[in-house]
Amino acid sequence: MAEAKKGWFDIVKSSYVWKSIFRHEYQDTYRNRVLQVSSNVFLHLHPTKIRRHALRLRFTWCMGGITFLLFLILTVTGVILMFYYRPTGEYAYHDMKYLQFDVPFGMIMRNMHRWGAHAMVIAVWLHMFRVFMTGSYKPPREFNWVIGVNLLVMTLMLSFTGYLLPWDQLSIWAVTVGTNMGRATPLVGHEGPFADFLGVNARYDARALLTAGRLVGAATLLRFYVLHCIFIPIIAAVLMIIHFWRVRKDGGISGPL
Amino acid sequence: MPANKEDGTNPEGHIWRIAPTRRDFVGFLGWGAVLTSIGIGTLAWVRLMYPRVLFEPPSQFKLGKPIEYAPRSVADKWIRAYRFWLVRFDDRFVAVSATCTHLGCTPRYLNTEDKFKCPCHGSGFRGFSSGWKVIATNFEGPAPRPLERYKLTLADDGQIQVEKAIVFRLDKDESEKPGAFLPYA
Repeated sequence: MAEAKKGWFDIVKSSYVWKSIFRHEYQDTYRNRVLQVSSNVFLHLHPTKIRRHALRLRFTWCMGGITFLLFLILTVTGVILMFYYRPTGEYAYHDMKYLQFDVPFGMIMRNMHRWGAHAMVIAVWLHMFRVFMTGSYKPPREFNWVIGVNLLVMTLMLSFTGYLLPWDQLSIWAVTVGTNMGRATPLVGHEGPFADFLGVNARYDARALLTAGRLVGAATLLRFYVLHCIFIPIIAAVLMIIHFWRVRKDGGISGPL
Repeated sequence: MPANKEDGTNPEGHIWRIAPTRRDFVGFLGWGAVLTSIGIGTLAWVRLMYPRVLFEPPSQFKLGKPIEYAPRSVADKWIRAYRFWLVRFDDRFVAVSATCTHLGCTPRYLNTEDKFKCPCHGSGFRGFSSGWKVIATNFEGPAPRPLERYKLTLADDGQIQVEKAIVFRLDKDESEKPGAFLPYA
């Protein structure tokens, strides 16, 4: 058999730079297939092998994956929105309107972010429902259920903090009502049980921590913005890493145990 | 007291040593320092989230001299601006919040029916003739508790001053606390 002529791609693949990035041969063997996945930081997030039933939609509804996809969409569109949005009392509402009516593709970015957020909340609930109905919270997956509940809370917190950012009447009063629930927190809410025990009052309690004062104002907007864009996404991302890792360590996706 | 073995481990094979070794002690100091600084940092951060100065609309207002208010009356001249009634009884003033305790609408004072009545869902609160102790107590409709009262003081210039950030609640028996009313004979 005549030796094949070396094309430019073969030259690139045999170069020092290429080999320093991809440390396996390209020849199509089972070993190289596994290496392609396990030696790549992005692909190794996937298991090298998955069982046939893991692909069956009726087992998983793909709700966890859809939730994660929506999280990625929301991260990308959210960062794009941050290029125009200023989280201050004077500008926030106008920047939102500016994005909608003047910035090219601003409307679709804002709407993708908004509808994606709605969809993520729905998907995360359906995911939880599916996990519950298939009994996937049972040992050895019980800790991953706990992580999942925390992720649900993070999703709802992202939803809540993001709701204030348009800075219109609807969002201000929704957050007013929402944070008012913080008044009734045991111990740290000034209208909750044992409020006198720590001596909290309307100026220094759980709600004031959220709203940065006694009422929902410009300081609240900035605080919610930071929580929404930095604080909660980082916590959610860390929890997601643990969540996905545990899925594999606890027996793989949708596997009977 | 039993001692550690030569290598510092527990003679009975437990993972915990009986007496701390020098390594344990240094480890304790190290972890103590780490945890203490994390703790102090956390406390400092929580405190940082409560600014000393709040840039909010004022919550204190001067309401004129006591003599400007007719005896035995419910004054609703401050409803539009500050959203409360200044009620003058025979011997005292009380500032009754005009925020319904049901869902936050603004009730009206119905003089002839002697009650505060919320137009949204029909909550009713007792009127002037029930006396200063129980005025604005809920008696009909969905409101879960009486209207709140604001702190009243007499300013240096002889004017009545209201502090809306400090509330007194009848359901917590706070109607006789200092500031819950302004004595005036």
